Amino acid sequence: MAINSDVLVIGGGLAAITAAVSAAREGADVRLVSHKSSTLRQASGLIDALGYVPATEPAKPLRDGPPTAGRNLDRDEWPDPEGPLADPFEGIDRLPESHPYRVVGSDALREGLDLFDDLAGDAYRGGHTDRNALVPTFGGAVKPTARYPAAAEAGLASDDRPMLVVGFRSLTEYDARAFAGRLEAAGVPFDAAGAEVEFAEAFRADAKITRLAKALDHDEEIDGVPAREALAKAVAPHLHDVVDEAGGVDRVERVGFPAFLGDDRGEEVREELADRLGADVFEIPMGPPSLPGLRLEDRLFDAVDAEGVRFETGNPVVGVESATDGRVETVAVDRKGRTAPYGADAFVLATGGLVGKGLDSDREGVREPVLDLHVDQPDDRYEWFVDDAFGDQPYARFGVRPDERCRPTDAEGTVQYENVFAAGGVVGGADAAREKSASGVSLATGLAAGRQAATEANQ
Amino acid sequence: MTRHTDDDGDAGESNEATESSDGGYEGPTPGVPESGRDEQPSVFVPDEGEAAETDATAGDRAATDGGVESASAGADSTELDPDAYDPVDVFPGGDLDLREGADSCYKCTSCDTSCPVAEVDDEFPGPKFQGPEQWRLKRKDDHDIDESITSCSNCMRCDDACPSGVPLSQMHNEARGQFVERQMEKLSVEYIRNRVLANYRTSASLASMFPRTASFAMNFGPARWAMEKVMGIPKERDFPEFATETFREWWKARGGAQVENPDKRVAYFHGCYSNYNTPEVGKALVSVYEHFGYEVMVPPQKCSGTPMFANGMLKDARRHAETNVENLVEAIADGADVIASCTSCSLSLRQEYPELFDLHGIDDVAEHTFEALEYLRIHEDLEEALDEAGGLDDERAFAYHAPCHARNQGLSRQAVETFRDVDGVKMEDVGDSCSGISGTYGWKEEKYEKSMEIGAEMFEHMEDAEGEVGMTECPTCAMQMEHGTGYEIEHPLQLLEDALGA
Repeated sequence: MAINSDVLVIGGGLAAITAAVSAAREGADVRLVSHKSSTLRQASGLIDALGYVPATEPAKPLRDGPPTAGRNLDRDEWPDPEGPLADPFEGIDRLPESHPYRVVGSDALREGLDLFDDLAGDAYRGGHTDRNALVPTFGGAVKPTARYPAAAEAGLASDDRPMLVVGFRSLTEYDARAFAGRLEAAGVPFDAAGAEVEFAEAFRADAKITRLAKALDHDEEIDGVPAREALAKAVAPHLHDVVDEAGGVDRVERVGFPAFLGDDRGEEVREELADRLGADVFEIPMGPPSLPGLRLEDRLFDAVDAEGVRFETGNPVVGVESATDGRVETVAVDRKGRTAPYGADAFVLATGGLVGKGLDSDREGVREPVLDLHVDQPDDRYEWFVDDAFGDQPYARFGVRPDERCRPTDAEGTVQYENVFAAGGVVGGADAAREKSASGVSLATGLAAGRQAATEANQ
Repeated sequence: MTRHTDDDGDAGESNEATESSDGGYEGPTPGVPESGRDEQPSVFVPDEGEAAETDATAGDRAATDGGVESASAGADSTELDPDAYDPVDVFPGGDLDLREGADSCYKCTSCDTSCPVAEVDDEFPGPKFQGPEQWRLKRKDDHDIDESITSCSNCMRCDDACPSGVPLSQMHNEARGQFVERQMEKLSVEYIRNRVLANYRTSASLASMFPRTASFAMNFGPARWAMEKVMGIPKERDFPEFATETFREWWKARGGAQVENPDKRVAYFHGCYSNYNTPEVGKALVSVYEHFGYEVMVPPQKCSGTPMFANGMLKDARRHAETNVENLVEAIADGADVIASCTSCSLSLRQEYPELFDLHGIDDVAEHTFEALEYLRIHEDLEEALDEAGGLDDERAFAYHAPCHARNQGLSRQAVETFRDVDGVKMEDVGDSCSGISGTYGWKEEKYEKSMEIGAEMFEHMEDAEGEVGMTECPTCAMQMEHGTGYEIEHPLQLLEDALGA
């Protein structure tokens, strides 16, 4: 017999969680099934909505014929994106009509962000305003983002207090001095200095970020000194490193660390360091391995549990098992070699995009592997991309094309299954990397798809 | 008589169906091994006198999630033209061809962040190194396998974390097997200690002959001191008590199955622990399954191999696997699916067996194996049955820990969800941390402290939870939970038995 629920959500990222909670709050009995540990653990932990509106037309008309694929012909050129936007909502009208924000509406984004604020609670900031915050990321760039972890708050680029950024020689993916230099080059309204200190050197050179976080969480002794104290002592000599334009020396008022300041007890770690240093302490969001991502995953799955959503991770949904009258009845879940049917009145597909493997591609084409939904794409593979790496890449917008109720449609625009809804990266139409809109698209479409699925199931 | 069944385990009207020689039936036929290759290890374990020509017979699926297949996927070694297949030939000597798996790694480090050992032991370079990176390094003749492979506890969380289908634990198992085989001193205390730990079944079957004496002697202070000094087994740990009547003795005494039902049959793989130490788990399983009208079979069996994989003792594991596969294939032929009450046993049969060994029928065993509660949730309306049974008479609260190996089968939430709506049961999930014992890992003196550090988070959450009784599917997690909190630990099947009034 099938394992049944009102709504079955397929996926484990931000969109899937949003859809599951939204459906549950409409009264549906919801189950969430994901193949692997959530991709949130690779995420920066920043919740962006819309940072830029990229150009969809080249600076000059494209030359005839296919892109040059790296050959030295007259390459196409694209204007820079418009932004950073002060207000994400204000830019939505200028996005292409097929953009998910245009399909589900800006209210869905607003309500999605509200839902996120509710689930994330005091661990996140930014909910007090519609406006984007500017958060420095570990490459030294400043990212416009709608919500950010409380741990990153003291690092905002709009703050004019002098900043010290701390790095460690053994953390090779991150250079504090280059970071500070780039920030200043970007024209931030404060003075910044980078310093490399001895702390992570007490660990083996390639010790994992999780190891450092655990040592700080438990305040383990490092050569006889508790870890938090040892870290503060290493940083203390650099509190006057910042030199202002006039050559004067200021004591820094905030100190930034790579994001490894504890896992479960991050707030406690930051507070103790701040206390010892006499300056605010913040974390700089990093790429994977990302503790802010891990913490967000923990927090959101706790919320999912609290909403009464059933969830399981470890086995993939591999296809439609039975469908009648244009409705999916059951999908097949592969349980290490044999499939089991999972039935629901409505399904939400939130399996991610090309990186999350919600979309699959080979030389023949791009497809949606779970339910085999239509993915709009040019027949000629050479039309999937344009020359300018930062141009309007068609592949970036690949994905299923939903109707206004988030139901994926076929090439003719007809709904494929009456009771299947799509959310997140699997939905096409957004260029999330250039727009800085990945989280917002997940929240907006997740909210809309979850509610639609619950409505469908309640009928 | 050989009974063939439909693939979904429903025997239906197929009792009469015998396979016709004209090959009319094309799908997989349970009980009739389709792999058909000769019995030889697909992982490098040279049996004495065996030449290096046994190369490249990877199983049908090399990957852990079906997402990536090896270059020789599905190939039948007997038909391979030695000149025609290149990716395997590049590497001499019978290793699994895991190149595609290694190439799938895009260095996202999700495996490293999920590794409980790397979190406490910065000398351990993490699964990304032990897996794809070590796999590449050891292609070269002059590269030994890094000794740190022995610090991997084989919790297999990295498999579950990898978004790209890299067969990490398979790579670890292979590297560990090679390290132990080629580089480890066979007369070293460490090797002997590991071999003894890995072959728990042997010690347990001896101890079971005199269970009371053994339980006393094994935990006798001076004996424990000597064990730590001589064998490297930490004196802090209490050896589990041996049951005065093993599960198999009980089964025999009760006259075997009390329900006969050719349409609903299960073969119970009880493993070592339910047999020698906690027969009450096995008994609960029997009573629950008979309650639902299943005919329970208890085929002859040996160790599932879990502790042997974790210690790189692949030859031992393979020897036991031969017995298990042979007997389970026979049960499958009689219409049974295989169920296990230990999540590590079920994981081993489902994943490690087909990944590491190439035995007649091993894929059938893998495909027909389920964890016991999982199987009921798929085939019975458990919620309805529990609802009708009306719950427990008295309130009971549990602190539930999901074993890592349950996580890998998608089962980490099933106990909590099964009992969520049962009156009188309050079950709290104590979080997603690892218990830290990982089978034999925490039984090694040099790993004991790390093991307890890993477990600290779980102990804390257990103490915070309302329940004063712990619950888990894994026998060694249960040892660790008891060791860290002093709680009594139960198996979900025992609670299910009570809740159903079975």
